[in-house]
Amino acid sequence: MAGMTLTEKILARHAGKPSVQPGDNIWVDVDILMTHDVCGPGTIGVFHQNFGRDAKVWDRDKVVIIPDHYIFTADTMANRNVDVLRSFVAEQKLPHFYDVGTDRYKGVCHIALPEEGHTRPGEILLGTDSHTCTAGAFGEFATGIGNTDAGFVLGTGKTWLKVPPTLRFVFKGELPPYLMAKDLILAVIGDIGCDGATYQAMEFDGDGVFCLGIEERMTLCNMAIEAGGKNGIIRADKKTVDFVKSRDKSGKPFVVEQSDADARFAREWVYDVTKLKPVVAKPHSPDNRAYVDELKGSAIDRAYIGSCTGGKMTDFRAAARLLKGHTVKVDTFVVPATSEVARQLRTERVDGGPTLEEVFLSAGAKMGEPSCAACLGGPSDTFGRLNTPLKCISTTNRNFPGRMGHKQAEVFLASPLTVAASALTGTITDPREFLA
Amino acid sequence: MTLQPVIQGKAYVLGDNIDTDQIIPAQYLTFNPAIPEEYRQFGKYALAGVPAPQGGLPKGHVPFHAPGDEFVSPYRIIVAGRNFGCGSSREHAPVALDAAGIKAVVAEFYARIFFRNSVNGGYLIPFESAKRLCDTVCTGDELRLDMAAGKLENLTARESYELRPLGEVAPILEAGGIFPYARSKGLLKA
Repeated sequence: MAGMTLTEKILARHAGKPSVQPGDNIWVDVDILMTHDVCGPGTIGVFHQNFGRDAKVWDRDKVVIIPDHYIFTADTMANRNVDVLRSFVAEQKLPHFYDVGTDRYKGVCHIALPEEGHTRPGEILLGTDSHTCTAGAFGEFATGIGNTDAGFVLGTGKTWLKVPPTLRFVFKGELPPYLMAKDLILAVIGDIGCDGATYQAMEFDGDGVFCLGIEERMTLCNMAIEAGGKNGIIRADKKTVDFVKSRDKSGKPFVVEQSDADARFAREWVYDVTKLKPVVAKPHSPDNRAYVDELKGSAIDRAYIGSCTGGKMTDFRAAARLLKGHTVKVDTFVVPATSEVARQLRTERVDGGPTLEEVFLSAGAKMGEPSCAACLGGPSDTFGRLNTPLKCISTTNRNFPGRMGHKQAEVFLASPLTVAASALTGTITDPREFLA
Repeated sequence: MTLQPVIQGKAYVLGDNIDTDQIIPAQYLTFNPAIPEEYRQFGKYALAGVPAPQGGLPKGHVPFHAPGDEFVSPYRIIVAGRNFGCGSSREHAPVALDAAGIKAVVAEFYARIFFRNSVNGGYLIPFESAKRLCDTVCTGDELRLDMAAGKLENLTARESYELRPLGEVAPILEAGGIFPYARSKGLLKA
């Protein structure tokens, strides 16, 4: 019998089977179910409709509710949806709720989950959001589902999954200072296309991955969905285990696994990261790859640094390296993913000088409140939303038509370094121009 | 919805990589699909994010809704290219198409979450065509989908196209979604 990939091992264990193969349909036990304000109300509706008004969720401790999408808006329907979450949490006495307007408020769910200790190696985490795959960075199986599936999980703790074949992406070498994980994943998506991993697992491997910090690994896994991937995954190493143990309040045991030496990968790509150049995805698809030097000098109207993909401390530290002591030439919006990131921006200093937030404000950037904000457009009063057909360079994850608001707006996806460099010139700019 | 043996109606044709932001733009996600009146609203905004030149191929600029009914579209079957429903996991996407009266989509292949939501929620039938049809079928063509034969007939062009078998998801679609399916199999209490 051939060995199994990391994804196959996790799925087999959760199905109570000694082994599984790609294509097998299996029922698995779910460790964590996450939902938010956009898909939570529909999920709760499905749950009540199918299990009854008095039904209880399968395991209160395994349900995590994180309002994050439409938070700082006057939209009454959006605010009503947060109320739907509140009454469900009260009815079910759910302990893991990060309510708006309280000290517990977090912001973007995919960053909040690990911060609050809800990600553990070897587990299955499902969420009603396609970027749930971010948590694969912790060596677990994590994927996005819809309301019906989530409602089913709420009642039963189970779901059916088809075991995906695994694609392996091996990164060799240490990332040069002008590149970030965002460049790597945009390069991969450019190579395989935005349907290149449809129904497949994407495992990231190689010394180039393991020298990355946890947040950069999250960026890699986060955009697996942009290639159609079912999940992105990186085996846990010491950095992962140390991080998880520092955050996990549950003390639950977890299983650290890796792909077997004789595991079958459907295909393998190898990248020498020292030879890559900064990458941009041009409008209107994440696979519309160009190198920054090919677009050098293209005018932009706006820069945006935020989201689950590009709103973490590593992202802001990178942007601040370039913005410190300079002034932006275009409107620049800075949105910390979570309240913890926002707090850290106000306390962490750059080279013993100003705080990160002071760097951004004195460069002329506008600071937003932690949430998904304009990454997905949202209500018209959303911070940073493209309400007119602007050209925006952004650290976010999608640039399909209308994604950040206006249907004719043009969004260029890039790393926080490239976005910061471009903000300083008002044109698409290679960060090497400022890092030399 | 349970599986109808034959679906007949007009085609609305779209291209490749129609993502869920185009199917239902994010500003309309504040409606709650669990509330029937709000479910109906999704029909109004279905495909609101598709840029006009790409809506209703081959000509484009074809509105998805007809004057006189802002909720339900006159089209019944969407024909599209590769990777239909990519992007966000929002179940509001198949909900919006269902609310607009779409009974089936025929695409080359689907993004995983959209496919799963369509099947498990029982909103519409996501068929895969054996060949690319979005360059062949024209918006407005009268189509007839025959489940048993696995064929799509174009009554306007007098052509017939092969569909891929629904395979393992057929029983879930026949039951009307994952909940009725699970009840029928004894996985949930009836």
